Amino acid sequence: MSEHDFLAIAPITTVAVFSLIVMLVDALVKKNTSLMQTLSVVGLLGGIGVAIWTLPKSLNGFNGLVAGGGMTNLFDILFCSAGILTVFLAKDYLERLGGHFNEFYTLLLMATSGAMLMAHATDFITLFVGVELMSICFYVLAGFLRRQVRSNEAAIKYFLLGAFASGFLLYGMALIYGTVGGTGYADVAANAATVEMPFIFWAGVALMIVGLAFKVAAFPFHQWAPDVYEGAPTVIAGFMSTAGKAAAFSAFIIFLNSVYGSGVEGTDRVQILLAVLAVGSMFIGNVTAIAQTNVKRMLAYSSVAHAGYMLIGLAAGSPDGSFGIIYYLIAYLFMQLGAFAIVGLLENEKGCNLTFDDYKGLSKRRPGLAMVMAIFMFSLTGIPPFAGFFGKYQLFKAAIGAEMTWLAICGVVASVISVWFYLGLVIAMFFRDSEEKQAEGGTLGGLSTAALAVAVVGTLVIGFLPQAIYDLLS
Amino acid sequence: MASTLLPFILLLPFVGFLLNGLLGKKIGSEKAIGTIGTAVVALPFVFAVVLFFEMLGAPPEGRTMHVTLLSWIAAGDFSVDFAYQLDQLSMIFLLIVTGVGSLIHLYSIGYMHGDRGFFRFFSYLNLFIFMMLNLVLADNFLVTFLGWEGVGLCSFLLIGFWYDREFEGTAIKWTGDAAKKAFVMNRIGDLGMLIGMFILFSQFGTLKYAEIASGLPGSMSAEMMTIATLCLFLGACGKSAQIPLSVWLPDAMAGPTPVSALIHAATMVTAGIFLVARNAALFSMSHTTMAIVAGVAVTTALIAATVGLVQNDIKKVLAYSTVSQLGFMFVALGVGAWTAAVFHVMTHAFFKALLFLGSGSVIHGMHEEQDMQKMGGLKKYMPQTYKTYVIGSLAIAGVIPFSGFFSKDEILASAFANGNAILWGVGALAAFCTAFYIFRSVFLAFHGEERFDHTHVHPHESPATMTIPLWILAVLATVGGFLGLPIVLGEHVHVLHNWLEPVFAQASANMHGHHLSHTLEWILMGVSLSIAILGIFLAYRMYVKRPELSDRFAGSFKGLYKLLWNKWYVDEVYEEAVVKPVWKASKSVLLKGVDKGIIDGTLHGLAKLTGEASNLFRKIQTGIAQQYVLVFMIGILVVIGWLVFGGG
Amino acid sequence: MTPQDYLPLIVMVLTGIAFGAVSIKAHEILGPRRPSKEKESTYESGMQPVKTAHERFSVKYYLVAMLFILFDIEVVFMYPWGVTFQDFFDQGMGTLTLVAMLLFIVTLLFGYIYILKKGALKWD
Repeated sequence: MSEHDFLAIAPITTVAVFSLIVMLVDALVKKNTSLMQTLSVVGLLGGIGVAIWTLPKSLNGFNGLVAGGGMTNLFDILFCSAGILTVFLAKDYLERLGGHFNEFYTLLLMATSGAMLMAHATDFITLFVGVELMSICFYVLAGFLRRQVRSNEAAIKYFLLGAFASGFLLYGMALIYGTVGGTGYADVAANAATVEMPFIFWAGVALMIVGLAFKVAAFPFHQWAPDVYEGAPTVIAGFMSTAGKAAAFSAFIIFLNSVYGSGVEGTDRVQILLAVLAVGSMFIGNVTAIAQTNVKRMLAYSSVAHAGYMLIGLAAGSPDGSFGIIYYLIAYLFMQLGAFAIVGLLENEKGCNLTFDDYKGLSKRRPGLAMVMAIFMFSLTGIPPFAGFFGKYQLFKAAIGAEMTWLAICGVVASVISVWFYLGLVIAMFFRDSEEKQAEGGTLGGLSTAALAVAVVGTLVIGFLPQAIYDLLS
Repeated sequence: MASTLLPFILLLPFVGFLLNGLLGKKIGSEKAIGTIGTAVVALPFVFAVVLFFEMLGAPPEGRTMHVTLLSWIAAGDFSVDFAYQLDQLSMIFLLIVTGVGSLIHLYSIGYMHGDRGFFRFFSYLNLFIFMMLNLVLADNFLVTFLGWEGVGLCSFLLIGFWYDREFEGTAIKWTGDAAKKAFVMNRIGDLGMLIGMFILFSQFGTLKYAEIASGLPGSMSAEMMTIATLCLFLGACGKSAQIPLSVWLPDAMAGPTPVSALIHAATMVTAGIFLVARNAALFSMSHTTMAIVAGVAVTTALIAATVGLVQNDIKKVLAYSTVSQLGFMFVALGVGAWTAAVFHVMTHAFFKALLFLGSGSVIHGMHEEQDMQKMGGLKKYMPQTYKTYVIGSLAIAGVIPFSGFFSKDEILASAFANGNAILWGVGALAAFCTAFYIFRSVFLAFHGEERFDHTHVHPHESPATMTIPLWILAVLATVGGFLGLPIVLGEHVHVLHNWLEPVFAQASANMHGHHLSHTLEWILMGVSLSIAILGIFLAYRMYVKRPELSDRFAGSFKGLYKLLWNKWYVDEVYEEAVVKPVWKASKSVLLKGVDKGIIDGTLHGLAKLTGEASNLFRKIQTGIAQQYVLVFMIGILVVIGWLVFGGG
Repeated sequence: MTPQDYLPLIVMVLTGIAFGAVSIKAHEILGPRRPSKEKESTYESGMQPVKTAHERFSVKYYLVAMLFILFDIEVVFMYPWGVTFQDFFDQGMGTLTLVAMLLFIVTLLFGYIYILKKGALKWD
């Protein structure tokens, strides 16, 4: 063990230690809510700080179990930012809906460190530990509004199906281990081309793709997503659909790079498979979203579609594709979390006020929120000059670069379909009058305002200064 | 220095726009809003002056600076940068925009006092300055185009600022219609400019001014060059209100007077001049284009000046005068007298802003009355306004030693030397009309009997925030001309010419300019001065000495009067030749056939299909976890099957 | 290795399945069946069963059981550590290895403090 080992996991350690501290504070200190929030934010900021500090290094630790520095740390920053925004949003929301338990912060930090471990993993074992750490926290968080039947249902469904998917992931790892003779990605890259029984190797790859596709909510393993996102507390749905998805994509990228890089025959089939999954996700997600009357559910389906857009980058299988995914994830973080934040703000104590009808005339009642929501919707649609446009641009460019123009065209068509419901919401907010009104959600607290402001600024900055982000990433 | 100050110059107005636009309602206090609004333009002016002196210190060939603020997006070889070029030409425009701009901001504090959209007004005005700076400081077509569209938007917003007021324009009734008219007219021009840009990009592979100029003539054929430059000129026509895209400017007077002064007289409308001047090297490659520019311009100058003769609305007089003066500037460009055009832009900015602000002061003092028929004798009520207005009028009429004389004389002399006598003659006639109509407005408004209703209207002088800018502009309008003393007085007296020479060196080399003999030049100067004095004298005779003369005149030249009164029927021609046919075609062919039939049919069909698919997919989502697992399993089998056996 | 090499494995699996199935079925067919009241009654350590076994247990049982397993498993991790500790010690990495295990235990201790303070082990 050396200094390198600990530097490689330093960001994870920071967040994990803080999750323990927060847990102890919860147990030992009375009247501790604001202290826990502060500590959570400090821990996540610390994670970002350490990640930035080790960003320029290229680290390998614990005999190839984890890596650090570079792209990995970018993901760390992404997860921690999502965590901070979620902490900001959580207080108002959970208190209003009567689900404010202090465990929330511990679980959120642990989920974040799990996500970070997934990004750092260069070995199946570490990957699996990360996946489970994140997922188990998510299962609990999904059921956090324990007095609501929907929330309980979401937790149980997510747990059942998630355990099912984890099983396949693990099975895939085992098969690959059996063929390449090691659990590290390095072993895959080194030995995959010369395995004695390629079909077992490919079955393993297939199962791993299935497991990860479940985590990113890609077609046809996406069906849990709408039910879970709808039932889970809205702030958690936002966190799951951004950080959770990003973590799975980080693992996806690193794993597939080792497969692509091994020179094994048949990677073209992987690319086609991913392209098909991408097309399926984009179309199923966007088309089904049209029929939704519940905004939260609509966002859930749209998150399936966004997973599809990002799968395009994986299908391209090029550095450009990976870059496009990271770029898109950053953009997606702000717009998706922002959209969920507003949905959470408008949700009332009974967990209602979520349908398109309830959003009618919002521009008159709460013009600021309606305006901000419109920005997120435009960005999610991919209308320039908002963040979403440049994210899609990078991905489609990567597809064309990989001679998969048809895939880019499918992406554009799917985006056009998505105009229907995204702008449908904008139209409802600005051009329709409400007939009867339910009790409307909460007032905009200081922290929520800050989080929304960050999300809007992020969406706009990425949109208006894509080059700056581009330079930052490269 | 430039790279540190330039971002501030650019961004301060934008900051002001954000502050006033977003927080204006919260700030509330007019003083605070006005101070912010003015400061964010005045400070850049100070910076600009600093940069100017720095530039003066540099040798002529080292005066061009390129500053890239931000790389916006790069796609392959094509990159879009927020890149700016500060050279002698953009420096002059920078000084005019920020200098005159800050005076007009100051003036607006008084003029807009009590308006419920006070903060909105200042935020639009700040945004306009920001966009205008982008336009003139750009080092490539795209950033110019950004500013070009931006000022168009601001112009639209500001013309329609009092969107709920009635406005009697040509074929329109509301200020909103006037704004729309301006916008649509400008779009036509913008289309031309876009096409021009596309052609240039396809030929040169770049949109940077410097690279295009150094790449000339490239592989472009003469015809292509003519087409590209004509397209650009169409854009310039739209923005600078040249025939046939001139009709929006008079109606743009629906906006508040400071707007008319800043946007529709001093700065935005000169964007067309800037575009041509910036691409002087390009335009000088096509003699056809140059001839067309000169022809269009001189026609515009004359027609607008004649229409100005019969207007009764004081702002309309000034509006037509602006169109006419812009025509003069284009004449200068058309005959390759680049410096003269820029010179006239500058002097015009001074005296026309002065006249507009003066008219605004009158309108303000007369309780929003704009009809000169209902004024008269205001001299004694508003002495400051009167004095400054007369100075502005003397300048525009071209009386020595006021600034307008020097710039106009230089244009006419160049027209004579490099163009032909007809060009000069028409120009001189327009100059005569100019002197006449402007003094007609002086005499109608300030002299003669008081024709207003004393019981309701109590004329009064305007507050100091309004008169101070008037006096500053009056001084500038008086002495501004000395920057461009005629060459006959000595080799180096034309300061502006020496200053701009490096910018236009390439273009001038293409033009083979002729030089007039000194005698001829003296004669031309004499002629133009006597034309101006004759115009003023006639106006004096008709409107002060014998007011009944004007009516008799109108009576005996009924046809001519009617023609002028109806603005040469340009609007009517538009109505019949463009608006109505387009309406008809769009209704019968586009709406019924293409839109409803083909497009709607296809779209609705597709939409229905998608909607049905959506409902179907929704039904697959049953909510039962076991079924999800089933789908999951099928998915796994397919994925494994494909990866294991797909290779065949 | 080729698929053929797995043949014995498959044979074994099939034999296993067949053995189970055959013995259950054979028992049913061959075994004599003479049911009586005594034989059908529930056997519970010689006591008479008093009520139905389908009863709802307090959730606390699950909680305690889960916590027990959690801390029980902890020891499992200590076995391989204990076995290899000597090797590490010989290589001069004894302190590091010890600290690593202490960290692990302290982490679990945190969890223990948490459940204690939260009252997860309180029975009423």
